[in-house]
Amino acid sequence: MSGHVRHLYVHLPFCAHRCGYCDFVTVVGREGQHGRYVDALLAELELEHGLLAERLETVFLGGGTPTFTDGRELRRLLAALPSAAEVTVEANPETVTPALARLLRDAGVTRVSLGAQSFQPDLLRVLERRASPAVVRRAFYHLRDANFDNISLDLLHGIPGQSAAALAADIDEALALAPEHISYYELEAKQGTRFAHAHGAELVRQAEAMEGYFDLVVERLNAAGYRWYETANFCLAEADGRDLRAQHNLAYWLGRDYLGLGIGAVSTLGDQRRRNAPRLRAYLGSLAGREAPPREVEALDARTRAEERLMLGLRLDTGLPLSEARRSVDDDALGRVERLGLATLSADGNGRRTLVLTPRGRRLGGAVTVELLA
Amino acid sequence: MDQERIRNFSIIAHIDHGKSTLADRILELTNTVTGREMRAQVLDSMELERERGITIKAQAVRVTWKGHELNLIDTPGHVDFTYEVSRALHACEGAVLVVDAAQGVEAQTVANAYLAIENDLELLPLANKIDLPQADAEGAASELAGLVGDTPDHVLKVSAKTGAGVEAVLDAIVERIPPPSGDPDAPARALVFDSSYDQYRGVVAFVRVVDGRFHAREHILAMAQGTRFETEEVGFFSPTMKAADTLDAGEVGYIITGLKDVAKLRVGDTLTTQARPASEPLPGYKDVKPMVFAALFPTDSDEYPQLRDALERLRLNDASLSYEPETSQALGFGFRCGFLGLLHMEIVRERLEREFDLDLLVTAPTVAYNVTTPAGDVVEVHNPAEMPPERERVDEPYVRASIVVPKDGVGQVMDLCTDRRGRFDHMEYPSPERVLLVYELPLAEIVFDFYDQLKSRTSGYAGFDYDFAGFREGELVRLDVLVGGEPVDALSLVLHRDEAYARGRALVDRLREEIPRQMFDVPVQAAIGSRVIARETIKAKRKDVLAKCYGGDITRKRKLLERQKAGKRRMKQVGAVEVPQEAFLAVLNLNDTKR
Repeated sequence: MSGHVRHLYVHLPFCAHRCGYCDFVTVVGREGQHGRYVDALLAELELEHGLLAERLETVFLGGGTPTFTDGRELRRLLAALPSAAEVTVEANPETVTPALARLLRDAGVTRVSLGAQSFQPDLLRVLERRASPAVVRRAFYHLRDANFDNISLDLLHGIPGQSAAALAADIDEALALAPEHISYYELEAKQGTRFAHAHGAELVRQAEAMEGYFDLVVERLNAAGYRWYETANFCLAEADGRDLRAQHNLAYWLGRDYLGLGIGAVSTLGDQRRRNAPRLRAYLGSLAGREAPPREVEALDARTRAEERLMLGLRLDTGLPLSEARRSVDDDALGRVERLGLATLSADGNGRRTLVLTPRGRRLGGAVTVELLA
Repeated sequence: MDQERIRNFSIIAHIDHGKSTLADRILELTNTVTGREMRAQVLDSMELERERGITIKAQAVRVTWKGHELNLIDTPGHVDFTYEVSRALHACEGAVLVVDAAQGVEAQTVANAYLAIENDLELLPLANKIDLPQADAEGAASELAGLVGDTPDHVLKVSAKTGAGVEAVLDAIVERIPPPSGDPDAPARALVFDSSYDQYRGVVAFVRVVDGRFHAREHILAMAQGTRFETEEVGFFSPTMKAADTLDAGEVGYIITGLKDVAKLRVGDTLTTQARPASEPLPGYKDVKPMVFAALFPTDSDEYPQLRDALERLRLNDASLSYEPETSQALGFGFRCGFLGLLHMEIVRERLEREFDLDLLVTAPTVAYNVTTPAGDVVEVHNPAEMPPERERVDEPYVRASIVVPKDGVGQVMDLCTDRRGRFDHMEYPSPERVLLVYELPLAEIVFDFYDQLKSRTSGYAGFDYDFAGFREGELVRLDVLVGGEPVDALSLVLHRDEAYARGRALVDRLREEIPRQMFDVPVQAAIGSRVIARETIKAKRKDVLAKCYGGDITRKRKLLERQKAGKRRMKQVGAVEVPQEAFLAVLNLNDTKR
């Protein structure tokens, strides 16, 4: 009997170098352990197999740097994973060779998310990224040459030292490559990280100037024909009927269940969320013995799920069907937010109401969500 | 006891000039207690008091010296309690004026000496701490002599610490202080000079019998307030409570009244018997009015009931504390409290915070204004927010301030007084090194940081004391602060017209810094009536998003939003604008340290 989960996340933690601003679960070095780790992933998949639906909609390989994983092991993993309509792999530009691009394509990968971050050499250095702008562009061409027709670029704004002109230049560079999808994040300098320590003061100095950067990104990408479908995500509105939104991520934002494999990976399964401990040794050890790895489990009550529906649903340009978040929305706040022109409420023929943020509301999405929380 | 053999006196001194040491030495010398016994006895009685919950403190102690009954009457130590001090002094015929021979005359000494002279007391000037190497007994004696109009050789030279010269003090009390001169056969009259509240025995009055005689189980009338009660017990402290059959003309002691509310028996009232009432009360009763007002709000609005209970408990022993409920749109429920002065306010605030563990937001202190309306009515206003918009004139309280300052600090202090709308009265030279400046100042000008400024401009050397000097007309305006177009009641101020612009600007600037940006533009204004005198705009946030939110981030981001929501709930609401408590605190602190 098969389960209901249609979205699978697989975490590949290995990196050549840990970038200062990164707060993902990563493992540097340990090249000798790629094989054991893939074994463990496959063992975990086998343990959890019963949760998965017969046909998956999406598989996502994130990291770390999935493409830093030893090629043979990566191929073995991809071959063993269930197939899906969308299979995405995250890639760092310096790892993308023609051979790797072919490997991914041949293994059934349909989409690559390329971590470009910036095209400015000085800013890439600030971010401790190894790729030069030329390498970023070359990686993109290698993927195109391997017939990838759904490539996403990851970019950052708010990098210490980034001027508005440098941001505009990055946007132009990105648009010149005509990716199907762009994720444009504001750099978050997490307190306590090496990066925040090194650049915190500079970020404070720039804070006011950078307020406009988000607007600049939205305006430029909209003008270039990209749909601002999620707070930080844009995609081409394709004429041939393809939906170029990141289907895997969309599943998160729509509140679907998903299964996560690997260290630090999170699964949401009905009223339960669990997170594998981010410890490589313990993970390998448990799964070598065919046992589930150590996990934290969080119970999700109806109210918590409703809060999450509110938080996630408002990120989308399609808005939030209010029935999904009824328990978490304060009606008075709803009125205030509408009066301030930050959201509109529309009803379909069946009286189902959908709350959609206005463009200004989306720029203040965090504050609006907090305001609406009952 | 024959009045000829009674002496009633107090010891008045600047803080730390040795008043309690002298009192201890007198108790020892008169064999009221030995040094060791005293400590043991006092401790024992404190234990006992703690066990029984008795909190009565001796306000007058009876000792005997060479066949005389001496009553040492304690006085409150600060100018805020001037009226209480004056009543306590009124219960005496004389006072020992103590000055530290190493320090010389201080402002408080001057104020107390004047008060004693006003009450026609015989003053015994005394230079204390003559054992200290840096003491200048002769210099202190000549300052004291100058102050009280006596000759330096009449000044007692004492070390209360070693006991040197203390016998001479007792002799001088007997010789130089006149005995009481009331009529033992007249209808009974006694002056209430202090009172205390005990949870078991009710209000205990400390009295000086002037005429006639009082005893237990007698029906009494308090003449000014009309309060009636039956005495449960009369007696005196020596040094613990000792019941007596009677309290006679000239004597000092306590009366246990059985009353349950200190407000029913005010200091300064005259007690007489209902059976044979006196025709006239003793002179000098005043209904003491609070002069300084501030609203107290619990920072956590759930603590309002605790604040109310705490104020009720404090008032049991402090009839001069007044309070009434006040509601502020921004700060919620609290109380507007009236205090005798700044120190009184500080004491109350500190006790509320320390003894009752309350976290308080205190508005800028204000004074009592007498406002004449166009219709000619005079109303007393304690709350700037209640200042009527239409006013014919406003009168504000003034004080007569005595400031003792080293002579090279005179210019600085005169500048400060001039800045604070002070009017120079006169100057005296109690010693070659020090100058006494007497100024008349609006009370409102000293309720902020006058004392701190005084100290900082004289490297801590200036001393300061004041007495109320009546009401004068002032060019006063009400300054309102508006956030998002809504007046913030708790931030309204009454101040001199000339200061309004600078203060308005400072308030608006500070609020702009302290109020976080909202989802819309928020104007912050300072206004006099409908005229805006300062304005800033807190620009709306342009962006507030969670950069990314994927499967692994959801829990953390949700918790972040929940925390933000909890923070929002703690904010105070001014119209549609959310203002953090810290913003109010910052602005109220700004009021504390203006200029």
